[in-house]
Amino acid sequence: MRINTFFYAVNQGIKNIWRNKMFSLASTATMAACIFMFGIFYILITNFTASVQSIEEGVSVTVFFEQGITEAQIKNIGDSIDRRVEVSRNEYVSAEEAWEEYKDIYFEGREELAKGFTDNPLANSSHYQVYLNDVSMQKTLVSYLRTIPGVREVKQSAQVANTLTDFNRLLGYVSFGIIFILLCVAVFLISNTVTVGISVRREEIAIMKLIGATDYLVRAPFVVEGVVIGMIGAAIPLVLLYFMYQKIIISIADKFSFIGSLIAFVPVHTVFRVLVPVAVALGAGIGFIGSKLTIRRHLKV
Amino acid sequence: MIKLEHVSKSYSAGIPALNDVNLEIEDGEFVFVVGDSGSGKSTLIKLLLKELEPTKGYIRINGRKLGDIRHKQVPKFRRNIGVVFQDFRLLEDRNVYDNVAFAQKVVGEPNSRIKRKVPLMLSVVGLAAKYRSYPRQLSGGEQQRVAIARALVNEPSILLADEPTGNLDNNNAWEIMKLLEEINAKGTTVIVVTHNLEIVKVMKKRVITVKKGTIVSDSKQGDVDDED
Repeated sequence: MRINTFFYAVNQGIKNIWRNKMFSLASTATMAACIFMFGIFYILITNFTASVQSIEEGVSVTVFFEQGITEAQIKNIGDSIDRRVEVSRNEYVSAEEAWEEYKDIYFEGREELAKGFTDNPLANSSHYQVYLNDVSMQKTLVSYLRTIPGVREVKQSAQVANTLTDFNRLLGYVSFGIIFILLCVAVFLISNTVTVGISVRREEIAIMKLIGATDYLVRAPFVVEGVVIGMIGAAIPLVLLYFMYQKIIISIADKFSFIGSLIAFVPVHTVFRVLVPVAVALGAGIGFIGSKLTIRRHLKV
Repeated sequence: MIKLEHVSKSYSAGIPALNDVNLEIEDGEFVFVVGDSGSGKSTLIKLLLKELEPTKGYIRINGRKLGDIRHKQVPKFRRNIGVVFQDFRLLEDRNVYDNVAFAQKVVGEPNSRIKRKVPLMLSVVGLAAKYRSYPRQLSGGEQQRVAIARALVNEPSILLADEPTGNLDNNNAWEIMKLLEEINAKGTTVIVVTHNLEIVKVMKKRVITVKKGTIVSDSKQGDVDDED
């Protein structure tokens, strides 16, 4: 392929967009709507995942030991737990530490009541507090922990773990479904635009073929047209989302501080570092696929 | 050299558009192909351009069998054949210069060559002064000259003209024929498909007469078999 041929194809592709103004505009708008929705869902999922992660970090499993267990056995249990891939960190809490923590929480302001206990009422409650890498792994870990000799009881917050995992999965499926439908609509509209372009240029294409234009040169302008529409369709919502995201974070932080304390907002540059290349690739990819499918169906060279 | 050996072409209806045609055209020849509508003239042109494949027989152009040319090689093959049509088939949204330059752009010629070659070609067809005009601003004869310039700008060795004077008045028709004669004099093989027997008779070139898909006469002296 000569460089002139490449530039000719690009030039003609851009001219096609201009010649087909109305259809190009409709396709670009649909593409922009799709990418906008995609961006919204991506931002929602990213922020939700970040919030879930911060909640997950606090979800732990408590491992209690059998009575009369030795320090060495406790250490062995700790080593077995540390070796598990599901575990992010494991903290040993002695009976004394457990009692101190209990007193801090339940006897706050009424410390004299706690003094009534001469012995440690939680004498048999030394334990490991096991934190997970991923809440969805909790079930596997708990099953394993129950098999370790010397372990009396394993306490878990199964409901929190399951709810978070299920909600995360549901959000993923719904987002994927909506985005998939929108992307199909975008492919269809780009395909329509390219079909119109082909019919408008039918005579020109016939002349090109008789003069000796290669298949590539006949087809390439339509692919360029689709890809450019896709990329413009991606750029518009990205700019919009960038400013909207910033405004929304600031506005929520200002007006609804309680939400701000619940949700860990991901910084704008972290979101867009991934969103920009993905959205542009998606736009260009849909444009490419839409035009390629149409060319295969309507442009016999 | 163009050589057709026992070439037949049938469409789906089964009636042959061309039937066992044998023909040889030497390099640099000027040939008229005459015949009634539906006699198979246009099919012949399409076969030479490899727009159609013969049902039977072989076509060789410059020693190369057309049946052996693969789909990907067709564009390169067609660059050696210029073609003009009765209805000119110019791009209405482009001026004269761009219509001729279009032929060079699609074969990937560099801009420097296009800028040199297009004005030269326009002066050959006598339209150098009208390079900025659009097709609708030109007469039929001028439009056909632009089409000829476009067909020749890539320097093909063969020029196929399908009814080039069909839409022109007598004066313009003669001017186009003179231009084609000049082009032929420079070495290009020219094949003209026409209904205009008056021109054919006067020009005294080789005349091939086609009837119902068969060559009924091939006269080197310009004699036309026009009896019905």
